[in-house]
Amino acid sequence: MSTEKIVPAVTPEFEPFFAAAREGTLVVQRCGSCGTLRFPARSLCARCLSSTTEWIPVSGRGEVYSFFWMHQVYHPSFADDVPYAVAVVKLEEGPTMTTNVLDCSRETLRIGLRVEVVFESRGDLRLPQFRPREEPSGP
Amino acid sequence: MKPSNTAIVGLGVTDQGKVYGRSPVGFAVEAVRRALEDAGLDPQDLDGLLVNPGMSWGPTGSMASFAVQQAMGVRDVRLSASVGLGGASAGAMVMQAILAIEAGMAETVACVFSDAPLKPPKPKDGKRGGSTGAAYAHAGGLESAYGMFGVNGRYALVAQRHMHEYGTTQDHFGAIAVSERAWAQGNPAAQFCGKPLTMDDYHASRWVTEPFHLLDCCLVSNGGVAVIVTSAERARDLRRAPVYVRGMAQSHPGGDPIETLASGAVQAGKAALAMAGVGIDDIQFCELYDCYTFTVLVTLEDYGFCEKGEGGAFVEEGRIGPGGALPVNTGGGQLSSFYMWGMTPISEGVIQIRGDGGERQVPKHELGLVSGNGGILATHSTLILSGSAS
Repeated sequence: MSTEKIVPAVTPEFEPFFAAAREGTLVVQRCGSCGTLRFPARSLCARCLSSTTEWIPVSGRGEVYSFFWMHQVYHPSFADDVPYAVAVVKLEEGPTMTTNVLDCSRETLRIGLRVEVVFESRGDLRLPQFRPREEPSGP
Repeated sequence: MKPSNTAIVGLGVTDQGKVYGRSPVGFAVEAVRRALEDAGLDPQDLDGLLVNPGMSWGPTGSMASFAVQQAMGVRDVRLSASVGLGGASAGAMVMQAILAIEAGMAETVACVFSDAPLKPPKPKDGKRGGSTGAAYAHAGGLESAYGMFGVNGRYALVAQRHMHEYGTTQDHFGAIAVSERAWAQGNPAAQFCGKPLTMDDYHASRWVTEPFHLLDCCLVSNGGVAVIVTSAERARDLRRAPVYVRGMAQSHPGGDPIETLASGAVQAGKAALAMAGVGIDDIQFCELYDCYTFTVLVTLEDYGFCEKGEGGAFVEEGRIGPGGALPVNTGGGQLSSFYMWGMTPISEGVIQIRGDGGERQVPKHELGLVSGNGGILATHSTLILSGSAS
């Protein structure tokens, strides 16, 4: 049984995020007034309440800040996946994102694991996901 | 400190758990009726009504207190509100009642929580009915695309980080589950009374959102709980000995709990203790909000019963269980008695202060601390209860 995975609703605030994802670019918001980076999308900056904002590309690299293994099935499309990893990834640039960590196991997933973004087709969208990043070889 | 001029004078607890055939409003009215009987008051004595509607209230919840007023036929209410601070609502309602009474806006206020998320089993296949999680899931948002549903996972993220930072272990969570279950054996009203739990049972229970086992998570219950708050002057003439609120505070820290690993107990604990004029070492027992085992561990740390990060070691070796140095969640808590949000800890606090605990009564019950917690360590209430006004 393979039910379609959930396609997230694209709210007006998230439109630029998914437009960039379609091009294979991960973006976050930057406040036009105080420069604070933020995610998820909000129309005002939580630090200075400015509504001036722009979306800027980020590296797509980060590390696992925390995670859990989801064993419950809330939606049939995830029934074949349990247990699967849900994580909060802290980007090199600072903001955090809730995501899955693909291509990992209970043996390999840990806090501090270095990860990189990949894009998964989901309906007519591309959804940012993260997977373990190759360690640079040697010093 | 100044003496308390208000008191909790009535407690009403409906049947709890898999109790069907009643709406959330029906449970609320039943709880208030029982609380009024307990106090020796009539519905027409009420001039304030504060309601925390549970998840199953639906649209009725937006004017929950009016719905309860109409369902009880009470006239001329002077204070009315629906409160939405999740598990901190119950404590916040008691605070709002006290402030209104002290301001002369009301004299006798009912505070009530009720919910009915469990559905009866389907007769055909005999399988259990009601979903526990599905009613709490939110589909369509960005996080649901990642299979992130409900609150179990959100708390698990905080717990995992706490384990990483401080070396907290699965056994530490288990110690809390086992201690609370032991307390529940002395509480005939507890859903898990008669079902003791060992550490092996805990580890064998299925994963939900690993590192949380099923037995790290609170129950889901149908039912209602109400308390009646009135002036100390009026309290003197009523049926039961008054339970005074000696200290009270809220704290809603904001920010991201995955980074802070802390709750509002940090600030509210200090403020409530200062109001009561006592120190943390004077507290004789605790009724702590326990949506998860982990919540108890963090709350103990944040109140200062131990250093930050030492909560795991603190709960080892039965310290918070029956006969332990610090009795915590003496009726079994929400893990093992029933899940009435912040009203579960308040109800047990009132029972212990009154000395009504029966088998589970703690020997020293002059001063107890009650916490409420909503969202993901987002909202918080602290009450310090005592049998004496000053």
